[in-house]
This record gives sequence, C-alpha cells and structure tokens, in this order.
Amino acid sequence: MAQQSDIYAKGHRGPIAWFRSGEPMIWLNAAAVSICVIAVLGLILLLAVRGLSHFWPRNVMAVTSSYQGQQKPLLGEVVEQVQVSGEQLSEAGIELQGPGPFYGRSLVKQGNRDYLGSDFVWVLDEQMSDPSWPRDIVVVERLEWGNFYGQLVSVEADGEMLADATQPEQLWQAFQAQIADTLEVRKEIHGIERIEIGAINHQMERLRLRERSLQLDGQLDAAAQVELAAERAELDARYQALQSQLQSLYQSIQGASYSARLADGRVVELPVAKVVRAYQPNAMSLWQKCAMYLEKLWEFLSDEPREANTEGGIFPAMFGTVIMVLLMSIMVTPFGVVAAVYLREYARQGFITRTIRVAVNNLAGVPSIVYGVFGLGFFVYFVGGELDQLFFPAALPSPTFGTPGLMWASLTLALLTLPVVIVATEEGLARIPKSIREGSLALGATRAETLWRVVLPMASPAMMTGLILAVARAAGEVAPLMLVGVVKLAPSLPVDGNYPFLHLDQKFMHLGFHIYDVGFQSPNVEAARPLVYATALLLVILIALLNLAAVYLRNHLRERYKSLEN
Amino acid sequence: MENHAIDIQALRRGSLKAEQDTPPTCLAVNGLNLFYNNDAQALYDIKLEIPRQRVTAFIGPSGCGKSSLLRCINRMNDLVDGCRVQGELLLDGEDIYHPRVDVASLRRRVGMVFQKPNPFPKSIYENVAYGLRIQGINKKRVLDEVVEKSLRAAALWDEVKDRLHESALGMSGGQQQRLVIARTIAVEPEVLLLDEPASALDPISTLKIEELIYELKSRYTIVIVTHNMQQAARVSDMTAFMYMGKLVEFDTTDNLFTNPARKQTEDYITGRYG
Repeated sequence: MAQQSDIYAKGHRGPIAWFRSGEPMIWLNAAAVSICVIAVLGLILLLAVRGLSHFWPRNVMAVTSSYQGQQKPLLGEVVEQVQVSGEQLSEAGIELQGPGPFYGRSLVKQGNRDYLGSDFVWVLDEQMSDPSWPRDIVVVERLEWGNFYGQLVSVEADGEMLADATQPEQLWQAFQAQIADTLEVRKEIHGIERIEIGAINHQMERLRLRERSLQLDGQLDAAAQVELAAERAELDARYQALQSQLQSLYQSIQGASYSARLADGRVVELPVAKVVRAYQPNAMSLWQKCAMYLEKLWEFLSDEPREANTEGGIFPAMFGTVIMVLLMSIMVTPFGVVAAVYLREYARQGFITRTIRVAVNNLAGVPSIVYGVFGLGFFVYFVGGELDQLFFPAALPSPTFGTPGLMWASLTLALLTLPVVIVATEEGLARIPKSIREGSLALGATRAETLWRVVLPMASPAMMTGLILAVARAAGEVAPLMLVGVVKLAPSLPVDGNYPFLHLDQKFMHLGFHIYDVGFQSPNVEAARPLVYATALLLVILIALLNLAAVYLRNHLRERYKSLEN
Repeated sequence: MENHAIDIQALRRGSLKAEQDTPPTCLAVNGLNLFYNNDAQALYDIKLEIPRQRVTAFIGPSGCGKSSLLRCINRMNDLVDGCRVQGELLLDGEDIYHPRVDVASLRRRVGMVFQKPNPFPKSIYENVAYGLRIQGINKKRVLDEVVEKSLRAAALWDEVKDRLHESALGMSGGQQQRLVIARTIAVEPEVLLLDEPASALDPISTLKIEELIYELKSRYTIVIVTHNMQQAARVSDMTAFMYMGKLVEFDTTDNLFTNPARKQTEDYITGRYG
C-alpha cells in the first residue's frame, strides 16, 4: 500500500484553512473596490439625473386647486413629487380629508413671478382636480421675472395687431417671428455694448492713466494736454455714435409686445424684447422636445448667467475655472520641478533635506482656507500693494494688483499644489537608474547637461503625474478662492480683445464657487437647486477632462521614455 | 610591497621579448589609496602601469576593488558621497586628480562601458550622437559620418542601419551593449574602460563583445574588469590580480596564467580559491 502523499491535504477544509488560503482577503479587497466604484457611479448618476433633467421641456399641467372651499386655477410644470406624513401636515395647520397616513405632494413651477409672487408652489395631490394638458399653453422664458406660463392672446407691433387667437397658427408664427427679430437685434446690441463700447471704455481708462502718470511725473504740459484732449474727443465721438446706434436699436425692438392670459383669466401685455424663447410643450413631439432639450443644454454651457445666476448659462464660470487651472499649472510646474531637482540632485542628503521634505509633505495637509488667508495677506495686500506702488501709481488709490484677482488666485493655488508636484517629481527622479546618469557622465557630459538632456526628459512622466494630481486638487478648490479673486458675477471674461488680452488683475467666476453661490446665496432656492446639480456635474466632467488630457500626455511621454527593464 | 617594482620590470622584459619595442605607458597608477566614508578603505597603495593600445584585465574575487580602481581612472568615484582618493593617477603623465582638471573633458578622453547596457531612451542615432551633441556639434553631416563610423567600429552598423531612428530600447541586450561601446568611441577617447561588459549577456553576445575588444585594441588603450578568468585570458595582453583591495600580481596575461609568481594568484586562477 503506497502511503498517501501530503500534498492532498486531507482534513484541511475547515474555515481556518479557508482563512489561511487568503481567499477572504481577496473577497474583502474586491468588495472595497466594488463599493468605491458604486459610490463614484452613484454620485455621477445622481448629479446627471438631477442636473440634466432640469433642461427637459416638461408638459404644463392645468389643474384646479381647492383649499378650504376656495377654487383656484393653477398652471405649471410638476417639478417634484414627494410623500409627506399626515402628522407633519396637520402640525403645519393643513386640513386633511384623505385617509392615509401619507399624502402625495407636488412642487409645481407656476412661473409668472411678476403676477403671482413666487414661481414655485407646493400643492397636495388631493387638493388638485381636473388635470388637463391644453395644447395651446405657452412657456415663455424671459430675461426678467422667470418663466411665463399662459395662453397667447395676441401679438402686436408698434400698436398694430399682427395676429390674434382666432388664427392660432398665424398667431404662433407671428410670435416666433417677432422673437427671432428681437433676438437678432439684441445680439447686435450685446456685441456693441460688450465689444465696441468695452474697447472704448478700456481706451478711455488707459488715456486717463496716461494723463495721471504724466501728471505724477510733472510732464503734463500744454502740448500733452492738447494731445490727450484730442484723443479723448475722438473716443467721445465714437462713443456718441455707438450710443445713438444703440438707442435706435433699442427703439426698434421696443414696439413689439404680446398679450397672454394667465391661469386666473387675467390678460396681460408683455414686451417681446424681454423674451429669450417661447415654446408650447404640450403640443411638441418627442423629437421637438429633444431638440429643445439640446438647445437649452447648449445655452447652459455657452451663455452667461441671468437672474442672480438662477437662469441662463455658466460659461464664464467654466472659462474662469479653466483659465485659472491653466495659469496655476504654468506656475506650479516649473517651481515644483526646480525645487525637486535641487532636493534630489544637488542638495546634500542629510538632516536638512529630510526636514525640508517633511515640511513639504506637511504643506500638502494644510487646510486650503489657510492658503487663502496667506494669499490675501501676502500676495494681494503685500506683493500686490507693492506692485501697485511701483508700476501702477497712476491708477491709485484704486488698486490694480492690490486687490483679489486671477493672478493671485492662480498663484495661491499653485502654492497649495506645490507639494504634490515636488513629491511626484522627486519620486520620478529617484526612479531613474543610476546607470543612465553614469552613462551620460562617462561621455563627458556635466551634471547639468546630464540633468537637462537625459534625466529631466525621463522624469517628465512623473512631473505630469504631479501635475495631474495638482490639477485635480486645484480645480475643485473653492475656499481659498473666495479670498483671493473669485466673484459671484464677473462683468467680463479674463481674456478678451483688449490689450493686454489676458487680464490677470481681473476677478473671475469659478464653477466651484458658482455651486456654492447658487446653492446657498440664491434668492430663488427652488429654481437654483437643479442648477447646483448641473453645475456640479459639469465641474466633475471638466476636472475629468483636464485630468484625461494630462493622463494622455503622460502616457505618451511614458511610452517615449520608458525606463530600461532588463 | 617591494615586489611590484619587480613585477613591472618583469613585465617590461616580457614585453620587450614579445614586441621588440616597449609599448609606452598610457596610465600610471602610483600609490593609490581609496576611501569610502573616510574610514572604509577600498584600495591600498595600488601601483601599476597600463600600456598604451593593449588590453589590460583586472581580475579578482567579488569586492576585491577591481571596479573601484577602474572607476578611479575616469573619476566616476567623484559621484559617491564621502569618497576620497590619495596618491597619483597619471594619464599621459598628467595627474587626473589635480584640482584644475576638468572632469568632463577627462571623461571624454577616458570612456567607460558599464556592466548593464545603459542606452538612453532615445533613438539609436541620438544615442551615438549624444557625446558629440554635448560638445556642441550639431551639424548633421558630421553627426551622420561619426554615427556610421562608430556603429561600424562597434560591428553594429549592418544590424541597425535601417532603423537608426527607432528607440534603442528595442534592441537586444548584446546589441545595446555594442551600442553603448559605439556611443563611447564616438567621442574618440584614448582609453576605454570596460566594467564587466559581457556579464549580463548571453554567450553569443559575449563572443561578439570579445571580438570587438580585439578589434578595438589597435586604436584604444583598453582596461577591462572581468570576473571571468577565461575571458581575461582570451582578450587581454596584461592581467592584474587583485585581492582585498590590494594588487597582488601584475604581469603579462601569458605569464600570469601559466607561471604565476605568487601563491595567492595561483590558487585563484586554478580555482582553489574563488
């Protein structure tokens, strides 16, 4: 009888054996990864559903709401439905008829803030009766007072009736034609105000500064004054011409108006000049709705905000975020790389370098608001104040760089992310095999040449890794920015056609701050809430895109400089 | 160690017999001591003269200081923190440890090839052109010429002439090592230091490297460190046996392997000690 070999491990099948096999660890690790993935996907899904559904042109419902014997017609979109306990409602002093412990309640966006006071109302489902979806309901998005919901009665231009409700087709077409015309003119007005008058204002300001600096230098003699006056007169003339052009443009759209009937039967007359777009959601097909959805989404991405940031788009915030992150990258990369090169390549390794390394690592853990305070105290007030004294005395007492702005925000974030870049670059430098450096030195290259021609290119993927981490951290940072340059609403983009094209001294908008502002500082909470989700989604996407770009670049470099593996 | 002097005289006599004219000394090491971190001494009072346009091999057990001695010749030890050298090392009669010596130009005259192939992560062409570009030579015509000449000299031209602009990291280990040799001779050094150049390679690549060494010795003074005694016997004209940081014996390769003067040498080369 051959003895059975030990490798068959009889009797080792219990839980202890299972534990020792390492399998529980695998399950634990897999579970942790799954939870992470689910959490991330859940976050994105929540943001996407809540944020993106906002732009869908919902059907508009007409109901009669009855409360305490009063019948009131109500017109609006059902935005949200929740279940509320009867107890809670009773405590709020609402008389209940229904049976259940829970009652459905709907948030209805009724719009017409100028006539009804608030554009959102909560209505108990049991108080609503006779719901209908009339096809002739019009939703008008306006520049002021939010949406308008009602039935179109007539369209007039310069006191002349163009069409009325007896011919609904023609009425709708006339309305759309009027809106298209006004939009065209408004675009022209916007162009003149933003670009041409903006440029003149810019030149006027420069002229003023020149005069002031001549005055400060004591060189403002008669000849200079005459010259300045001539230039000013020319600018004034151009400004007047533009003003009168604007005047006539404004007048040309003033005449158009439309009359509409509210839910309660009132008929009101409103100017077409304030209309952004109008549509009849109940009469639209699915395709038309999809087209409208994309149009609204595009408006959100490409337009400026209106109505205290609760309507319109967020383009300036997106633009500000990207510009700031780019500037931050441009500032932090050279600094971090140079510091890491010194620490790793030149400094004598010892107590001091170890201390510096620990300090740098600790800097990464300093709360970001502290950097904001530092940025405000050091960059804005001290450095900015000195810069103003030295280079911009003409503008004083109004500060140029001595006030929060794009440059200080980028610089503060560069400081905030510096440790990440230093640590990553140092690791990259440490990974480069000694033999490669020796190979270069043995060919008669100096240390600097070796560094420049061989070591740094090979460490570039690590630098990119550092930059990726820096961008990921900086793009989402809000707290320090509130102190050093971000505002709720910037009058213009930090990049434009006026010299010096990139305005580092300007304040700017930022997606992260926009979320905070819309979420917490908005006067119209219900209108703002979906925008919080949408903006958050956009911020996440933007950071992901910035990261992906950097990752792509890094992989490209890595492929090129992959170290020797033999 | 008075018998070093005798050894050198013996060498001179031997060379005279073999060559009819004395090969002039290229490198003279005179009482060289090497310290790491001040206290640990790695080399003790080394004295030897390396002849021009010959292959000189350093053999000895691991840790005997043969690589340290080699790295002294182009001052690679300067890179090691706390490393200190005493004594003289003369290249063509000039002390290379003189404070006014420019280390970069010294290394241009004394090229070095390391144990593991260490091509740069650049193209084959750029690897060979690297040393010239460092010297500020960027003319394409000159570079083309030198690259071809060096690759031919390293017996690599025919294998890589169609892929000069591909990454050097795609080559085999043996090709990489020959590329490194080509890169080193592109700057036209006088001395080639080879630090176990074939130890990471397969037998066929090793053979090619040895053939190459044989080819190159007519133009360069070659110093090779090897732990492979057969290799030392095959490629070198002179052999130095080192043990525990000391030079035990230095003689013509023939003499050293057939008729070692010292018992230690004999034990080592016959494998009784290893």
